[in-house]
Amino acid sequence: MEKIVLPDIENIHILDVYIENGGFSAAKKAFAQTSDEVIDQVKKSGLRGRGGAAFSAGLKWSFMPKTTDKPKYLCINGDESEPGSFKDRQIFEYNPHQLIEGILITAYAIGAKVAYIYIRGEYHKWVKLMQKALDDAYAAGYVGEAMKEKFGTDFFCNIYVHKGAGAYICGEESSLMNSLEGKRGYPRVKPPFPAQNGLWGCPTTINNVETITNIPPIISKGWDWFSKIGEPKHPGTILFGVSGHVNKPGVYELPSGTLLTDIIYNYAGGVPGNKDILCVIPGGSSMPPLRGDQLEGVKMDAESLKAAGSAIGTGGIMVMDEDTDLVKVLARISHFYHHESCGQCTPCREGTGWLEKILKRILAGNGSVSDIDLLITVANQIEGNTICALGEAAAWPVRFMVTRFRDYFEARVSKEVNLKVANKVHSMRHTEFPLAEVKN
Amino acid sequence: MSNSEFKFSPENIERINKEIAKYPEKKPAVMATLYIAQEQNGYISNEVIKEVATILEMTSEDVLGVVTFYTMYFQKPMGKHHIQVCTNVSCMLRGGYEIWNQVKEKLGLDNMGVSADQKFSLEEVECMGSCGTAPMIAVNEDYYENLTKEKVEEIINSLK
Repeated sequence: MEKIVLPDIENIHILDVYIENGGFSAAKKAFAQTSDEVIDQVKKSGLRGRGGAAFSAGLKWSFMPKTTDKPKYLCINGDESEPGSFKDRQIFEYNPHQLIEGILITAYAIGAKVAYIYIRGEYHKWVKLMQKALDDAYAAGYVGEAMKEKFGTDFFCNIYVHKGAGAYICGEESSLMNSLEGKRGYPRVKPPFPAQNGLWGCPTTINNVETITNIPPIISKGWDWFSKIGEPKHPGTILFGVSGHVNKPGVYELPSGTLLTDIIYNYAGGVPGNKDILCVIPGGSSMPPLRGDQLEGVKMDAESLKAAGSAIGTGGIMVMDEDTDLVKVLARISHFYHHESCGQCTPCREGTGWLEKILKRILAGNGSVSDIDLLITVANQIEGNTICALGEAAAWPVRFMVTRFRDYFEARVSKEVNLKVANKVHSMRHTEFPLAEVKN
Repeated sequence: MSNSEFKFSPENIERINKEIAKYPEKKPAVMATLYIAQEQNGYISNEVIKEVATILEMTSEDVLGVVTFYTMYFQKPMGKHHIQVCTNVSCMLRGGYEIWNQVKEKLGLDNMGVSADQKFSLEEVECMGSCGTAPMIAVNEDYYENLTKEKVEEIINSLK
């Protein structure tokens, strides 16, 4: 299987090697076309965003106003802070020039002369690697004013790296823009959307790192080639990050629609000690968890996962074996969202705290059956009542884990049942519970 | 927490000017400027905030707002080796809490604690993007991944 985003070419992160392998020929090809033609190809390719929402990339670009007296901006979201997600750092490290080329093509398509790559602060090493690649591309004349001569075009674009400073919320696009403007990273009310009112009030497009790294191959090999890879409704490859209880954790680039069980058992080497799987979160910690008996036949693409009662998210697959303490996992997840809530909206600021408190109470052995219902009540009061999607991110894991593992949680709040027995009770009874519906 | 007036070194002023040049106005350079200040001063004091505000034509309150929003700016001096242990789910499933407890015990510190000799400080951090190479710790800017208790012991013993 051909890899598109992280090809098996040694030292492809070095500019000369990238150029030897056809680097920047897609940009040259794109600059010879009109911007509408470029957008049209990306639309037809079916490329969907890899940052979580799986929105059509070409459609997003087409929202940018054609005529405006304001400058336009491109933002690349490399904040990558979703627990279970560790794919963009591979691109910064192993294929940064393809990202740079993708940025140039995108900037041309939307008419932006400045692009910012927002990278999370903890990624010191990857900020440096990305900056090094960018410096090399500048020095060789592929970026900035010099690219006019290099590509024989009137278009040019400057690219800058902006380093975050440790806030999960800045992965949310409007929060990222506020952060980039030098403010606290509070999400903005939408609409207006970034294409109308983005950075400094100007039209802005925000795309994920992996999404943009897909652009050069789409332009050079054609949209029809891309659209035939994987699942037709969500084509291309996806970087699946597998973590938790597997023998070979890591990032695997595979066609969309690859079976979840294939990824876990074949690529990631299965579960240590051949244990059964209790739970899998298929798309990073904010996505609805699946039970071990719900995994058979689940394909990893946006539509299939929606049908299976979860969502693709960032493709971060977290695997938990039969001995995992799910209350501890959920309490940890809830602690995370409480910690990362920006505090702007009351349901999220207060609700995430209550979710954590209740789960810690259950974890300490002081829970009751009414606590389980209370968790769902609180989660339902957060979901849909906040400015940004952190509300959903905090509510989903709780609502779906508690609903899908109801027997497990009931066993855990019963004083007579210990963890080992609770896990057994669960595996005997768990098939009766229907899938809860995902709103997205 | 008052110390004498804070001024950036000439080299750092040059670095800040390069950051400002990336943006259509000065304010967006605040995050990078605060990193540079923290590097020079060790932490973000009130004097640092005043100086950053003056340079970037912001109010001190706006700079303070940024400092307190993000977890990577410190308002007190931290240890020479700032140890960060991830205990989020992927690390937790592979022994993140064992390592957290090990480091806590070894250094005799709690979350955000600083040793008396200011050699070490400790922080329990949220997901660092090392899920596939868990468990992990970071020492200042460097990641150490795929850890065992023995490796953690070795890493901390090697810090001078």
